[in-house]
Amino acid sequence: MARLNTPAMLKINDLTVGYGAITAVKGLTLEVREGEIVSLIGSNGAGKSTTLRTVSGLLKPKTGSIEFLGEKIDGIPGHEIVAKGICHSPEGRRIFPKMTVDENLDLGAYLRKDAAGVKETRAHVLELFPRLQERITQKAGTMSGGEQQMLAVGRALMGNPKLLILDEPSMGLAPVLVDLIFETIEEIRKTGVTILLVEQNALAALRIADYAYVLESGHLKLEGDGSKLADDPAIAQAYLGG
Amino acid sequence: MTSVASGVARKKKITPSAILMKVSMIFVVGVAVYWLGLNLTSDPMQFAQVTVNGLNNGLLYALIALGYTLVYGIIELINFAHGDLFMLSAVFSFAILTELLGAQSPSGTNYILLLLVLLLTMVFGAVVNTSIERLAYRRLRNAPKLAPLITAVGMSFVLQWIGLKWIGSNPVNVNTVLPSTTFELSGIVINFKSLVIFAITIPLLVVLAFIVNKTRRGRAMRATAQDKDASRLMGIDVNQTITFTFAIAGAAAGAAGIMWAQTTGTVAYNLGFQLGLIAFTAAVLGGVGNLYGAVLGGLIIGLIQSYNDGLAIGPGQRWSQTMVFTILILLMVYRPGGLLGETAQEKV
Repeated sequence: MARLNTPAMLKINDLTVGYGAITAVKGLTLEVREGEIVSLIGSNGAGKSTTLRTVSGLLKPKTGSIEFLGEKIDGIPGHEIVAKGICHSPEGRRIFPKMTVDENLDLGAYLRKDAAGVKETRAHVLELFPRLQERITQKAGTMSGGEQQMLAVGRALMGNPKLLILDEPSMGLAPVLVDLIFETIEEIRKTGVTILLVEQNALAALRIADYAYVLESGHLKLEGDGSKLADDPAIAQAYLGG
Repeated sequence: MTSVASGVARKKKITPSAILMKVSMIFVVGVAVYWLGLNLTSDPMQFAQVTVNGLNNGLLYALIALGYTLVYGIIELINFAHGDLFMLSAVFSFAILTELLGAQSPSGTNYILLLLVLLLTMVFGAVVNTSIERLAYRRLRNAPKLAPLITAVGMSFVLQWIGLKWIGSNPVNVNTVLPSTTFELSGIVINFKSLVIFAITIPLLVVLAFIVNKTRRGRAMRATAQDKDASRLMGIDVNQTITFTFAIAGAAAGAAGIMWAQTTGTVAYNLGFQLGLIAFTAAVLGGVGNLYGAVLGGLIIGLIQSYNDGLAIGPGQRWSQTMVFTILILLMVYRPGGLLGETAQEKV
């Protein structure tokens, strides 16, 4: 698939982020356009999650800027960024294990005041993941990894995001569930949500992406249309195991 | 809040030490049941009387224990200053109600003043507690655990010092507005003061449980307690939620403070250490971090003390503290997570 001709939604410009003395992301520039699926791939420690965490306001950039719908959002606390329409399903799921599935979903809509809209979103989420409906009163921590992942994505959707950030949604899942997650991601996009995706499963991530960025030790190494990168032998050798 | 199931139930190996644990536990529980049963059958009236007294103290312990457990639950800090916040609230209520407003004897107006000052003292407790968090603990949130812990010990001394400067080093008598009338309910003598404690503490505990379990704020508190970054991603203002938690903990300590002053008729600057230790024990007994555990722990310690001190066949008052802490130690041996706490899972 190729890049859409829509206006930019998220613009990251010359971003540098670090933890203490370690710099995890160096001078990264990328763009996510409205309605796109953009994938960020790269090996462990390439700086993918760091980038996402900075967009969501969990980390502060050292230099560079992040713009969302034309507004500067770097340096704003995380909980205010959610209000602007960025919802983040973090690496390792990070669901609230001691709460029920129901409560987890409610927390996803924590900032929303429109009860009717929340109800509608909830119905939509439970339609996407019927499994969650079956487990609705169960404590989230007692569910299987796949179910927890569905909950993490569903919870992020409950915020009715303009931009959905998914960090490793297929990590640790059985192949059949991985396929389900990727299908669901495409379905979510069809509802008009823009998606920024980080994946270890690079091939699948490139195939569904309109555009993709390849990171290597914090630097941008390559960028291009998802399908083009998926067919690139150099990429295949470096990231796709073969 | 229940424990996270491990998914797969692991089969436990039966070892000699596990059998020993079981047998000794049955023995300990058996002795306790025998002791209580003996007293119950030999003098049921007195047993009921002592139970009422125990619940009465236990409710106050529960209110203070809640503060420990709420704060521990949300930032994993044992707030050593909490007992002294209770003391300072007792002193504050004495200064306002007894001295400034001169409410020193039972009367209609004074009851109304008591209720107003109860609210005021709760606000006082909340403000002091949130200020402590803001000034001392917040900046240490990402520091190693020992740093805020030591700061809390330091804060405890600061509050004690304020109490000392405020009322001096000797215990001060409080002329309470609550009459020392008693009722008889089918042979059991009930203090009017106990009734007041029941009437104020139980609704407060219910309201607190409601806030934590049923409100949006409470949900944010529980989320923040479990995962701060994930909470931020939900749009929860984590700092504000922690402030709110300190506020309710402080308000509970404030309510306990004024009730202590009014029912025991005495305040002292070192009250916080003694009561704080007992309340902290109650929180641990019930499972620190668990709201209901704190209430249960408070009631149990109140009852243990009361049974120990008041029952005809028993060790007697001199052994009060020894009994409380012996039972704590035994409980920790058999249930390290506390009565309602989570059984700690070892990570492999």
